[in-house]
Amino acid sequence: MGGVKVVLRNPRRELEVAGPLRVKALLDKLELNRESVLVIRGDTLVTEDALLGDTDEIEVRPVISGGCGA
Amino acid sequence: MRCRRCRAPSVIELRRHNAAFCRPCFLIHCRDQVARTIEEHHMVEPGERVLVAVSGGKDSLALWDILLDLGYPADGLYLGLGIGDYSDESGRYARDYASSRGARLVEVDLPTDVGFDIPGGAAAARRVPCSACGLSKRHLFNRAAVEGGYPVVATGHNLDDEAAVLLGNVLRWSTDYLGRQTPVLPGGDGFARKIKPLIRLGERETAAYCVLTGIDYVVEECPMAVGNKHLGYKAALNAIEDASPGSKAAFYLGFLQRGLAHFAPEAAADRQSLSPCASCGSPTTGDVCAFCRLTEAATRPPQGAKPAPRRRTAPPR
Ligand code: SF4
Ligand SMILES: [Zn+2]
Ligand SMILES: [Zn+2]
Repeated sequence: MGGVKVVLRNPRRELEVAGPLRVKALLDKLELNRESVLVIRGDTLVTEDALLGDTDEIEVRPVISGGCGA
Repeated sequence: MRCRRCRAPSVIELRRHNAAFCRPCFLIHCRDQVARTIEEHHMVEPGERVLVAVSGGKDSLALWDILLDLGYPADGLYLGLGIGDYSDESGRYARDYASSRGARLVEVDLPTDVGFDIPGGAAAARRVPCSACGLSKRHLFNRAAVEGGYPVVATGHNLDDEAAVLLGNVLRWSTDYLGRQTPVLPGGDGFARKIKPLIRLGERETAAYCVLTGIDYVVEECPMAVGNKHLGYKAALNAIEDASPGSKAAFYLGFLQRGLAHFAPEAAADRQSLSPCASCGSPTTGDVCAFCRLTEAATRPPQGAKPAPRRRTAPPR
């Protein structure tokens, strides 16, 4: 029994979520604001309406930084 | 979702623009936003060399990449802050990018070149780390630019950064800061011009730019930033943005168009009466500049030391 493998950052951790589900549903489930993350699959990005399946591995990467023009 | 420009499958949706883009069209969008900002605010004159303040993070690396793509003669400046692993890692990303692009990276290291690191120096000087850090950056970026013959320093402040700073300034009605919150601070009299070419790109866009161009950057947050007010303002603004896309841009860009002018005279008055710092020669409002006072306090031996007298610091330039 697999699932969508999700890597979260800061701190780095992994979890599995039952697929198939849309990116939007995943972010809602993780209670993440869509403005504050990117969803990365391989070397590209996926949009909110993309469907994630059990063989997918994605990274949910926060984009908010400390604000020092970094 | 399909790309707004070419109808290919999209990789990113920008709700603020009510649009989605494929990879090539998104990269064009980012370059266009930066080119438009530079033009609109007369940030760089033809032939001027630009020094980009590079931290190893997404914003400054995206900025450097876009400036090079747009054809600007842009070198990088990396300032080592001595913040443990975070600084080691950030420096590595900055160097890797520079060598992958064949670009020139100037390096200044606060611990070796000046004698203190941010965590230790801020504690010794009894200052908040981010305030000691911001002061050090402003001073050392400017010095490196002036000494290196760069008329312009570019920083990676993005739309989210500026909107969050604006919110903080408005919440406290810091009218002097509001008057200075411009995307261009003019140069002259010992100052390089300071420009913020990313004010039309949100941080989700700069991060996406890096992912889509294969630029590796430090994803980890600076440990000193944890729990700072700025992050709280960003979270608040993102909650508003989520419910009402475009709010952040309307807030900040609207301020530039219709708000800033009301506060600018106060800031202009503040900028008069600058004279060279007695210790380093940089322009300052006092005898000794804020950075030299910080350095003195941060490198002073701990025993029997009295804290330096509090003085009004020079406006950020
Ligand atoms: S978060 Fe604070 S200490 Fe860290 S780099 Fe930014 S300004 Fe400096
Ligand atoms: Zn396209
Ligand atoms: Zn000085």
